[in-house]
Amino acid sequence: MNDMTPITTTLKDWETDQEVRWCPGCGDYAILKAVQRTLPQLGADPKNTVFVSGIGCSSRFPYYVESYGFHTIHGRAPAFATGIKLANPELDVWMVTGDGDGLSIGGNHLMHVLRRNVNLQIMLFNNEIYGLTKGQYSPTSREGTLSPSTPLGSVDRPANPCAFALGVGARFVARGFDVSKNLPDVLKAAHAHQGAAFVEIFQNCIVYNKDVFNDFAAPKGGEERQLWLQDGQPLLFANGTKGISLNRDKCCLEVVDVVDGDWEAAGVALHDVKNRALAHMLVEMPFGAFPMALGVIYDDPRPTFESAVIAQNAKASEGKVADLAKLLAKGQTWTVEASDADHI
Amino acid sequence: MATLAAEKPVATAPAPEAVVVRFAGDSGDGMQLTGGQFTLSTALAGNDLATFPDFPAEIRAPQGTLFGVSAFQINFGSTEIDTAGDAPDVLIAMNPAALKVNLAALKPGGLIIADTGEFSKRNLDKAKYDSNPLEDGSLAKWDVLAFDISALTMESVKPFGLGNKEALRCKNMWTLGLALWMFDRDRQPLIDWLKAKFAKAPTIADANIAALNAGHAYGETAELAGPLKKLHLEAYPQPAGLYRTITGAEAVSLGLVAGAQLANLPMFFGGYPITPASAILHHLARLKEFGVTTFQAEDEIAAICSAIGASYAGQLGVTSSSGPGIALKGEAMGLAIMTELPLVIVNSQRGGPSTGLPTKTEQSDLYQAVYGRNGDAPMPVIAARSPADAFDCAIEACRIAVQYMTPVMLLTDGYIANAAEPWKVPDPASYEPFPVTFLTGKNATDEDGNEKLLPFARDEKGARPWIKPGTPGLMHRIGGIEKNPGTGNIDYSPASHQLMTDARKAKVDGVAQGVPPQDVTLGNTTGKLAVVGWGSTYGPIHQAVRRARAKGLDVSQIHVRHVWPLPANLGDLLKGFDNILVPEMNTGQFKTVLRDQLLVDARPLTKTSGQPFQIAELEEAIAAYFDGVPDNEGGEVDANSQQLPSPETVNP
Ligand SMILES: Cc1ncc(C[n+]2csc(CCOP(=O)(O)OP(=O)(O)O)c2C)c(N)n1
Ligand code: SF4
Ligand SMILES: [Mg+2]
Repeated sequence: MNDMTPITTTLKDWETDQEVRWCPGCGDYAILKAVQRTLPQLGADPKNTVFVSGIGCSSRFPYYVESYGFHTIHGRAPAFATGIKLANPELDVWMVTGDGDGLSIGGNHLMHVLRRNVNLQIMLFNNEIYGLTKGQYSPTSREGTLSPSTPLGSVDRPANPCAFALGVGARFVARGFDVSKNLPDVLKAAHAHQGAAFVEIFQNCIVYNKDVFNDFAAPKGGEERQLWLQDGQPLLFANGTKGISLNRDKCCLEVVDVVDGDWEAAGVALHDVKNRALAHMLVEMPFGAFPMALGVIYDDPRPTFESAVIAQNAKASEGKVADLAKLLAKGQTWTVEASDADHI
Repeated sequence: MATLAAEKPVATAPAPEAVVVRFAGDSGDGMQLTGGQFTLSTALAGNDLATFPDFPAEIRAPQGTLFGVSAFQINFGSTEIDTAGDAPDVLIAMNPAALKVNLAALKPGGLIIADTGEFSKRNLDKAKYDSNPLEDGSLAKWDVLAFDISALTMESVKPFGLGNKEALRCKNMWTLGLALWMFDRDRQPLIDWLKAKFAKAPTIADANIAALNAGHAYGETAELAGPLKKLHLEAYPQPAGLYRTITGAEAVSLGLVAGAQLANLPMFFGGYPITPASAILHHLARLKEFGVTTFQAEDEIAAICSAIGASYAGQLGVTSSSGPGIALKGEAMGLAIMTELPLVIVNSQRGGPSTGLPTKTEQSDLYQAVYGRNGDAPMPVIAARSPADAFDCAIEACRIAVQYMTPVMLLTDGYIANAAEPWKVPDPASYEPFPVTFLTGKNATDEDGNEKLLPFARDEKGARPWIKPGTPGLMHRIGGIEKNPGTGNIDYSPASHQLMTDARKAKVDGVAQGVPPQDVTLGNTTGKLAVVGWGSTYGPIHQAVRRARAKGLDVSQIHVRHVWPLPANLGDLLKGFDNILVPEMNTGQFKTVLRDQLLVDARPLTKTSGQPFQIAELEEAIAAYFDGVPDNEGGEVDANSQQLPSPETVNP
């Protein structure tokens, strides 16, 4: 659908003259760079690229990308993006949202944009906190999160963004994190997917929720707990010393030790991006006992919403002439003759 | 300046120039359909008409109950008709509940036609009647024609072998047949319509036609005895041309399509179902060949946001709802104001706060339309006065939206949305096009003489350029945060906010310069009393002022379409009147706007019963301004030369 005529650009071409206003050290910087690095690799054309966001620190993103950008209102970016894509499907639309923007106030819209399968890329920056409003807990904050609004610790259980996305029918679900060198590859896969591509990006809010992802995202030591998924490849992590196998009796995943690289002997399962049940299990793995599943978790395209709408509109218009005069005079009409017109 | 409108013949005593008929039955009895078809036949007979559908909020209310009653009123005649009529002359009651609910409205001496077949003990109980009103003498004030319509219908459709339930469904056509006989109407268009409607079920079509004919034939026979009389109303002489009937919802839909064509844009309509606004979504969903995309969003917020997204991408974004949904859209309207994108928002007002009166009518969202957003968020507001007027108003809303790069709200209401009236089909070519031009290149130069883009540079109307994503070289960012007056980049500085607030206000104020001066619909441009209205009160005000003028009272009607900003001459015009009366179906909202904007002593006349004004109520209020009229009640008085100055001295 997108105008895919590749354009040659460099990272610099995607930078705006606007001063970036995130806190120094915020994970958003790394994501911005990853996106600006990815766009030239995609051959993306700035004039056909639109970044749409809601409200939050993360949603400031469009101001910093030299393309078309629309910073909208809190939680509603999916609805704007849907209107944009229906009006002009040729545009390459990227949506930026946060855990509060996308899952709290905008949870409803996020559900529908995924369910409808509008062709766009959705990046949900999950910092497990409300950054812009100064650190209240969010729908993804872990139980017991101390914040200005939960000084005694939060008591509600968090939502799992990827499980949510799968649950509402998303056809592409992936995960990455701000400083990961693999993030551009995840974004490229999202872009290649025709339809709504949902990418959860763990993002470090160094001011209000510092280093909460360190267990797997820390530059040193985190890799051990990262399970990078590759279609058709074994589910291995910790340098190939551990793997994930499917316990068929209990219908659940298990961590197994892999000795001497013989993952087959250990019963390690292969990743299949079209296996929806596996995707559900991978995103539901409790972190700690299991590694963090990262990369493309699920990718099984279906026709997009806008293509269906456009096809239906075209079919309904087939052979019809848009004759307004005729339309106005439709139905049962009668004519008043001029001789009657003495009335003023 | 204002013009002196020609005086038209006055509809005084209803018969014989005008008759009001109300069809009332159970919501399952097909009363809206019966009324709709009777309306069509009335229109084809050349009468002027106005209708008022009044149906319950419940979709399938329990049969026979008081809250399940559905009614359809039509006022038609050989004179100009502007309202659905104050009180019916004829009430057709298909069951006891329908009789009970509608009886109070019936004119003394009016005719009741009732189906005795439905006046069973059970149905009387459901309608909370202790005894059968058809038999206990309680209807003595009226003429009663009661007979077993159910049985007669069953009899007439016997040859078609329908089941009991299906056979009884033809009751409404039987009743319609009788009504057609009463008013000397041609049955053929209805027969054609039934054949087309039931093309796939010819037996049903034939049964309905048989019932229609039987009802008609019954009229012929019953005339011989009893109160049933045949009444022929002459056609109302209208200007020559092609006519059809139209409801407000249809008119808005067609006007939006016309507006998008005049702007040379595809239209995007985002909506979420709500009574009485849904009809617009339903109509537009069938007009794809006109470049219309309809989108049923997940809620009203998504509906407006998707429409703004479509406008941003270069289509004409439109959204529509009713009060509760409009409330949800408020924040997004602010964004459209802030990013200065065109958008049309249709509010088919219903009654009351919260869910209120979903199926009734009121004009109580005016404050919401004019003042109901956070921040200084000015937005033009237009109000349609009648179903037919809604067509022109929708075009006007589109014009203002694209020419001024602003959201515009179009107000209609439950009455306008559902009511039908004859409409002289306009020639689309008679409307002046307002084609949109998108910015295609940079629009400014910097100090060094290099071209640059200023997305918020303004034209002579104060409007910024419309820039479609996809345009080479014009990449820029917009959003809801206060911005630099030229570049649109985030800028919270005191000077910028002051400048931008002023610019947004000046732009919307300037809309008044581009609209025709306010005229006087009826009466003189100065005088003792101006009755100032907006929206669907037009009809009753028009009739009331006309009747008052016929009695020699110096009263004028001024009806305002552009309720925000007000027409530039309105203040001067109103200052020419000693008194200003503002009838509204709310607690006085337009009165506040007039006082606020024009510093005039506007007096409210308010009504919030969910029903439109009656002419008599307004006549009474008008008469109160004229001393010396004895028994000054509701305009029933005939003025004579001793009591009043001669019309010539008042209206030279
Ligand atoms: C209607 C509305 N309600 C509340 C706010 C205040 N608000 C702005 S951003 C935000 C939460 C943002 O959290 P998140 O989406 O996680 O973004 P982050 O700042 O963490 O990137 C809130 C509550 C608002 N702007 N609009
Ligand atoms: S508050 Fe947190 S998320 Fe927001 S900019 Fe600062 S570090 Fe980043
Ligand atoms: Mg957050």
